Amino acid sequence: MAVDMSMPILIVDDYKTMLRIIRNLLKQLGFENVDEATDGSAALHKLREKNYGLVISDWNMEPMTGLQLLREVRADAKLKNLPFIMITAESKTENVIAAREAGVNNYIVKPFNADTLKQKLTAVLGSF
Amino acid sequence: MTAITQPDPALTSRLEAARAEAGQPLSREEVADIIREVIGTMEGDISALDLQVYNELEALARYIQSARVEIAAIRPDEIREDHIPKATDELDAVVGATEDATGRILDAAEQIQTIAEGLDQPAQGQLIDLVTGIFEACNFQDITGQRISKVVRTLKHIETKIDVLIQALGEEVERAKIHSEANREPKPASDEDLLNGPQLPAAANGQDEIDRLLAGLD
Repeated sequence: MAVDMSMPILIVDDYKTMLRIIRNLLKQLGFENVDEATDGSAALHKLREKNYGLVISDWNMEPMTGLQLLREVRADAKLKNLPFIMITAESKTENVIAAREAGVNNYIVKPFNADTLKQKLTAVLGSF
Repeated sequence: MTAITQPDPALTSRLEAARAEAGQPLSREEVADIIREVIGTMEGDISALDLQVYNELEALARYIQSARVEIAAIRPDEIREDHIPKATDELDAVVGATEDATGRILDAAEQIQTIAEGLDQPAQGQLIDLVTGIFEACNFQDITGQRISKVVRTLKHIETKIDVLIQALGEEVERAKIHSEANREPKPASDEDLLNGPQLPAAANGQDEIDRLLAGLD
């Protein structure tokens, strides 16, 4: 099934610079319907207000981390199947394992490039 | 004669009581006074072994006192009050400056991207590739920001440890501070003293202020 390029995507990061970078790279890949949140709890609020097709979230944020957000999403009956990509500088094995156990769909380590982002989006959403 | 193989209970008890009363480690003189006092209350002759233990205790007290004075002379209070706050301020300034610069680089890259979208191929593709490279390179700001935050957390941890050290040393630190300030001779600034590197934004003179200063010196 073809990827809906107009689907809303929520990007979550406490660094505004990183939000701009991800937004611009998504735009270059053809995804322009992008919303932003700066921590897990703000993201969760937005996810419950609107139907998103994908979440791309940082891990290290306050007060709610990306991992906590992921767990909340997977525990929510309406959101549990939402594709979720973690994009973070946390690169230890135990981090990746914890994210996978919490139900992450894919994992990008910062710093990342446009090709990696495209590969992971394709792996989660299908070819576009 | 009673051979002393364990610390004398009266001495131990007296030392503990004095330490509890003072609320801090005892000075060498205080320990020596207590030892004299306890020995004075002992009945009978003091053996050679007793005297040897007394001498060793006194040497130990002297050694501890000397170590306290040497540690205090390093001025841990200065590290806490001056060096660590300066280091964290400098690191905060690095984060602020790189964030500002990255924001301006992204502004320019986004404008180039908008212009590129209005161009024909292959120019459009070439420009978009270059802009993508700029976006990718700007990842560094997030990473360096997080690394610097880790360094700041480590400095705060060191600050906490130094606080404990200062409390333990107490009056020695105060004495070292007074001694150091009393012996500080005013001297003209050397060339080396003038090498301070970039100033923190709040303390720095702007170009206008430099120009006014120069004009005032003419």
